[in-house]
Amino acid sequence: MSESKDIQVKDKQEVASPAEQTKPGPVFSPDVDIFENEKEIVLLADMPGVKADDLNIDLRDDTLTLIGEVPGDADEDEEGIVTEYQTGRYVRQFSLSEVVDQEKIDAKLEDGVLRLTLPKVEKATPRKITIKTA
Amino acid sequence: MLIRRVFNTPNWGFRSPFDEFDRLQRQMDLLGNRLLGRGLERDAGVFPLVNLSEDSDNYYVRAELPGVKADDIDIQATGNTVSLKGERKIPIENDGAKYHRREREAGSFSRMISLSNDVDQEKVDASLVDGILKVVLPKAEKAKPKQITVK
Repeated sequence: MSESKDIQVKDKQEVASPAEQTKPGPVFSPDVDIFENEKEIVLLADMPGVKADDLNIDLRDDTLTLIGEVPGDADEDEEGIVTEYQTGRYVRQFSLSEVVDQEKIDAKLEDGVLRLTLPKVEKATPRKITIKTA
Repeated sequence: MLIRRVFNTPNWGFRSPFDEFDRLQRQMDLLGNRLLGRGLERDAGVFPLVNLSEDSDNYYVRAELPGVKADDIDIQATGNTVSLKGERKIPIENDGAKYHRREREAGSFSRMISLSNDVDQEKVDASLVDGILKVVLPKAEKAKPKQITVK
């Protein structure tokens, strides 16, 4: 019933890389959706061309870093006619304000979309302290 | 003093006479980058952006389509044009979800790409791996370059 709107073209966001790159090439910032519910924070990132082995997820000091390597696509024998987008690795960093249970982080990469689930630390349940009478 | 007060109020949006120049400079830089940067030509302005290349036997069309399933893509090749249509769906998360950021876009797309020569419709091959679509279009026999021997 609701007509789906047309997707608009959006140039890939190239970023100046935060550190010196060991390999040359452009670095892009992937589009992400971030939402949370009561028990977890979920991050969805568009990283087409990244395979699970080439994805690096790092969480330390309340900073989450995503790095996805993308192999160069065209073979050398091919002659380019039109090149509308470039390929390069994806890097993005986020600072997390919530405390996350690092043991239970779940990452799933499907169709070039990363789904990262970060469960929040369960708040300590209040414990009733019984007083023993001697 | 009256003039100073009037010209410094934030409502006028006129902090300094050079703001407009800065903005113009930034716009010109962006324009310059787009026209001269790294051999990229102006794109067609239609989603998805594609990279088109060829060798002596085939045309290759590549596009980045993260989150799109193979069933949601419709590719048709006729003569010397390829049409690429489909839809990207973003599944709705269960309620209670509060979004902090929402940059990804869902929706439908439809694009036609013209090639310089005809393709062999029967032998077109398309694959979608990790969100990258690659379409291999073999050139029609009569369109392939022929070696001419010099006697």
